[in-house]
Amino acid sequence: MAPRTLFDKIWDHHVVETLPDGTSILYIDRHLLHEVTSPQAFEGLRLAGRKLRHPEMTMAVVDHNVPTSDRTKPIEEPESRNQIETLERNVKEFGVPYFPLLSASQGIVHVVGPEQGISLPGMTIVCGDSHTSTHGAMGSLAFGIGTSEVEHVMATQTILQRPAKNMRVMVEGQLAPGVSAKDVMLAIIGHIGTAGGTGHVIEFAGSAIRGLDMAGRMTICNMSIEAGARAGLVAPDDTTFDYVRNRPFAPKGEDFEKAVAFWRTLATDEGAHFDKEVSLRAEDIAPSLTWGTSPETVLPITGTVPDPAQEPDESKRTQMQRMLDYMGLEAGQKIAGTPVDVVFIGSCTNSRIEDLRAAAQVAAGRKVADGVRAMIVPGSGLVKMQAEEEGLDQIFLDAGFEWREAGCSMCLGMNPDKLTPGQRCASTSNRNFEGRQGPGGRTHLLSPAMAAAAAVTGCLTDSRELV
Amino acid sequence: MEKFTTLSAVAAALPEDNIDTDKIIPARFLKTTQRTGLGKYAFDSMRYRPDGSENPDFILNKEPWRKAEILITYDNLGCGSSREHAPWALLDFGIRCVIAPSFADIFFNNCFKNGILPITLPREVCDQLMSDSTMGSNARLTIDLPRQVVIRPDGEEVPFEIDPFRKHMLLEGLDDIGQTLQHETEIKSFEHKVAGERPWMPTITLD
Repeated sequence: MAPRTLFDKIWDHHVVETLPDGTSILYIDRHLLHEVTSPQAFEGLRLAGRKLRHPEMTMAVVDHNVPTSDRTKPIEEPESRNQIETLERNVKEFGVPYFPLLSASQGIVHVVGPEQGISLPGMTIVCGDSHTSTHGAMGSLAFGIGTSEVEHVMATQTILQRPAKNMRVMVEGQLAPGVSAKDVMLAIIGHIGTAGGTGHVIEFAGSAIRGLDMAGRMTICNMSIEAGARAGLVAPDDTTFDYVRNRPFAPKGEDFEKAVAFWRTLATDEGAHFDKEVSLRAEDIAPSLTWGTSPETVLPITGTVPDPAQEPDESKRTQMQRMLDYMGLEAGQKIAGTPVDVVFIGSCTNSRIEDLRAAAQVAAGRKVADGVRAMIVPGSGLVKMQAEEEGLDQIFLDAGFEWREAGCSMCLGMNPDKLTPGQRCASTSNRNFEGRQGPGGRTHLLSPAMAAAAAVTGCLTDSRELV
Repeated sequence: MEKFTTLSAVAAALPEDNIDTDKIIPARFLKTTQRTGLGKYAFDSMRYRPDGSENPDFILNKEPWRKAEILITYDNLGCGSSREHAPWALLDFGIRCVIAPSFADIFFNNCFKNGILPITLPREVCDQLMSDSTMGSNARLTIDLPRQVVIRPDGEEVPFEIDPFRKHMLLEGLDDIGQTLQHETEIKSFEHKVAGERPWMPTITLD
């Protein structure tokens, strides 16, 4: 057999049938549901008199809509409450395993899946959410789908797909101190652009990727979609297996050993073909952030805001100017020192215990700057508990951060955590689109350490100056 | 799903790259449990001013484009969130066809599932069609899916590519689920095979 990539192998393991025109019926091992993109799919099943084919391969959790304040009180917003109650009725009717709002296991679906051992290497994983790519860090093929496809998976446990192209992004070398997975991914997106991965599945490889812990790999794979890729993945290795071992829904004992033996066969073969290859040197990557309203507008924190006048293409020049106007920035200004109003540490990109530790390291013994609202939103109830056991909550509270309940929170502006027009936010989330965190809000994407640095200095700051 | 065969309609140009699905419909409008009724929120931040009134400068607020059924943009249309609410909002507004030099994968897929035809054409061609679309109410474009051509107001035909399976599904207005369920035997035998090869594969059961 010709050498195959990790993606090729997972694909081949899941093809039920390839139709004459080249579309494949691809089997799905894990279907993750949340309250926003599932109600119309359940309704579709109901109208057609169909069942959910495999509830035991499906999991549901509420995350997008939920308030991150006191959960024992009723949810105030009627539409949000309705969506959550609708999910609760649906999981009951169709027998779907569900982590309720008041359970410690509740959290952001892309944090909960790996944390519970529900997302495992070699699997195909889908969810009606583009950041499903996160689970690719497990060495699985994981991608976001629309609601019609959600209904299709519910009814058939399969999805219709054509194979993606293979792309490899190599990051070789040693990351400089103070440089995190988020900086690596921002650098990659800055390099290849928001359509750089379109039509491809990106395998992240090289010594710098291998050296990352699982949280870091999840941060990287999470933002594959911001590079336009259908999915991102990292070959499973001992770091992966150590992470998976003893997770609640992972195989146990002898089954685990058999699983590991299988998972070890998945790595890309020597000589496998990639349609596109990109490589970066780890040493060249600095703590980074975005200046504009597209995730590809990346700068090192030591950099200056680019000048549209230097852009030869007229439509691009107009778009750059519009971004500067929207963001309230001037061409040529140093990005460091720009004052912020809000700091958001959370989201499926950066809300794991490792992210909170990195932020706490900067926050420890310091105070949130006057006039800045700084929020910490753990990715799950379990992350929150772990942080509290480690005393991180106290570090944050002493510094003046808000310590909140798990959920998507300010990443997407569909729950009470929102920016108001004109507010500038240092955010560890994944999208800086106009209005993403609330109408008129201005988002700078950056790492947890950089976000904490912005909180305690009141402006965008090189976190390396504080540790 | 409504069939798509031919469409002769007003086209509106949005000459921008990277129009993301948050722009097509912001997250705060995703709280519905229905597929319909989202047209009034399409392009909310561009279409309405902060006080809620219509922005008269926005193309879809002007005649004749208020009735546009075709939308033409630049690269990477529909990037970002996987929300199918984006094509639902477009469809509910009246858009049946989107034309761009390139699309984001998930949005591209989602269009087909809702009877919206996404057409990929080179940027220069999109520029020509955008220019056609500004010629007032006589400037209708015709999309002929069976023949795979876009017909410009001057009669020139621009051919486009489409996956044959997707073309068939659009022409017939078919939904995928019924089609896939015809392969029940293959799905069953696949499940049987995997149960034999990877018996350690866990299931999710909560007490």
